[in-house]
Amino acid sequence: MAEQTDQQTGERIPTVIADELHIVYRVHGAKTGKGSATSALSRIVKRGEERGVRKVHAVKGVSFVAYRGEAIGLIGSNGSGKSTLLRAIAGLLPAEKGCVYTNGQPSLLGVNAALMNDLTGERNVILGGLAMGMTREQIRERYEGIVDFSGINEKGDFITLPMRTYSSGMAARLRFSIAAAKDHDVLMIDEALATGDRKFQKRSEERIRELRKEAGTVFLVSHNNKSIRDTCDRVLWLERGELRLDGPTDEVLKEYEKFTGK
Amino acid sequence: MSETTHDGTVALSAAMSPDEGLPASRLAARYGLTVSGARPSLAEYVRQLWDRRHFILAFSRAKLTAQYSQAKLGQLWQVATPLLNAAVYFFIFGMLLKANRGLPRDIYIPFLVTGVFVFTFTQSSVMAGVRAISGNLGLVRALHFPRASLPISFALQQLQQLMFSMIVLFAVAIGFGSIPDLSWLLIAPVLALQLLFNTGLALIMARAGARTPDLAQLMPFVMRTWMYASGVMFSIPIMLADKPQWLANVLQWNPAAIYMDLMRFALIDGYGAENLPEHVWVVAGGWAALLALGGFVYFWKAEERYGRG
Repeated sequence: MAEQTDQQTGERIPTVIADELHIVYRVHGAKTGKGSATSALSRIVKRGEERGVRKVHAVKGVSFVAYRGEAIGLIGSNGSGKSTLLRAIAGLLPAEKGCVYTNGQPSLLGVNAALMNDLTGERNVILGGLAMGMTREQIRERYEGIVDFSGINEKGDFITLPMRTYSSGMAARLRFSIAAAKDHDVLMIDEALATGDRKFQKRSEERIRELRKEAGTVFLVSHNNKSIRDTCDRVLWLERGELRLDGPTDEVLKEYEKFTGK
Repeated sequence: MSETTHDGTVALSAAMSPDEGLPASRLAARYGLTVSGARPSLAEYVRQLWDRRHFILAFSRAKLTAQYSQAKLGQLWQVATPLLNAAVYFFIFGMLLKANRGLPRDIYIPFLVTGVFVFTFTQSSVMAGVRAISGNLGLVRALHFPRASLPISFALQQLQQLMFSMIVLFAVAIGFGSIPDLSWLLIAPVLALQLLFNTGLALIMARAGARTPDLAQLMPFVMRTWMYASGVMFSIPIMLADKPQWLANVLQWNPAAIYMDLMRFALIDGYGAENLPEHVWVVAGGWAALLALGGFVYFWKAEERYGRG
């Protein structure tokens, strides 16, 4: 992919630049030590720098440059900061230190948080679309496509029922269908491939390949080395919030497999 | 793991480009890249917000509908809840206590119910505002939209809730001898001003609540104090007749009391202009403008920081 871009334009155009990025989560009420009311009070009275707050340094000084046409996989063990890094690139998590520069608006594939279980699937499609920044006309145009893609109505008229009545698989399928309905400049996918049954997984993989074609740059977080190998040409390996390796998929995955195999 | 550089990264990518070695900020500037998640200018922010107007409205409606969707009576509760509220106040103050605090009973009951509904509008906007960001972190961390959408949406939800209460309020006013006339048209500007005021307040509370979630625990007490000081259940000039005039003025010019009094003036036939403080419309408009503009700017100033865990 990268080489193609080289031939077309003669140079590689950066779309995302991360510069010494640090992300720190602040967790209230998780301070180690006694959790009693008196100790909480004493912390308040003492007025420490940040009382009763525990800091979690999730991403520690990560730098990289992503170019147009690249599909980049993010790997690493659980809690290594992959999802956090994605959110920071999307500008959803404020950086503690450092900076992320992007071309256009990177978006995270996912609308789960905007949907409401008490509303019908129908209204959730509209609400989710609006939340992603689609216009009413765009949603009206794509509504049929979203519902068909999700396959919710294959077993009867479920789209007019509240989402709380859906099975977890059905809900996941609808969520993916809504999220994948929009085109993106820089697209980030956080282990979205693992939803639904086999048939739906096939369909969603295909849709992701389509999205990749339309998007300038794709980031994919996954624990599935196979899907990384299938879709990505470059891999970033994060471990404990630090960038451990950055390079072509095969080389990084080989090192990663050696590391996890131990 | 042999060729580790100082920061623990092994550079496997051998491709060198003319941009290599350029500092990140210069490289970004060269290709027109912008800082992700940076705060837009105020004008740009307003434009983004306007683009999301459909989302704001849809979100507020969705929240309102979701509220009663599990109940058997469903959306009927939108009207039943304020109706029951009014019935409780009628029973306690109208029949049990017979406490009309210097007002004729026919005026006191609609006076009280109006006060309760109008104050509840502000109160619930504040409470929803406190949790607008801190209670929706999942949404804030997953999608892009101007964050002010959330508190504005919650204020709108409360307005829609109040619309249902107004149906009950009209019934109570008519039931106690008020006749719908031209003065009822004043309800629209009063509601518009109060909505502006509430939205501004919700924006301020949203920023404060995002930083200090503890406010959600504290606010009920603040709001209750405010309610008692605003004359929801009594007429301020009558109750404070033997106190210094400035105290009554301060209480009467507080925004909650202003909007309540204006609504009563509009609705209740026996509640005339003599009950209103001086310059009441100016004060009502001033509070609305001050809070709406101030709250909006205050909220926007921290736009890039919402969502930090």
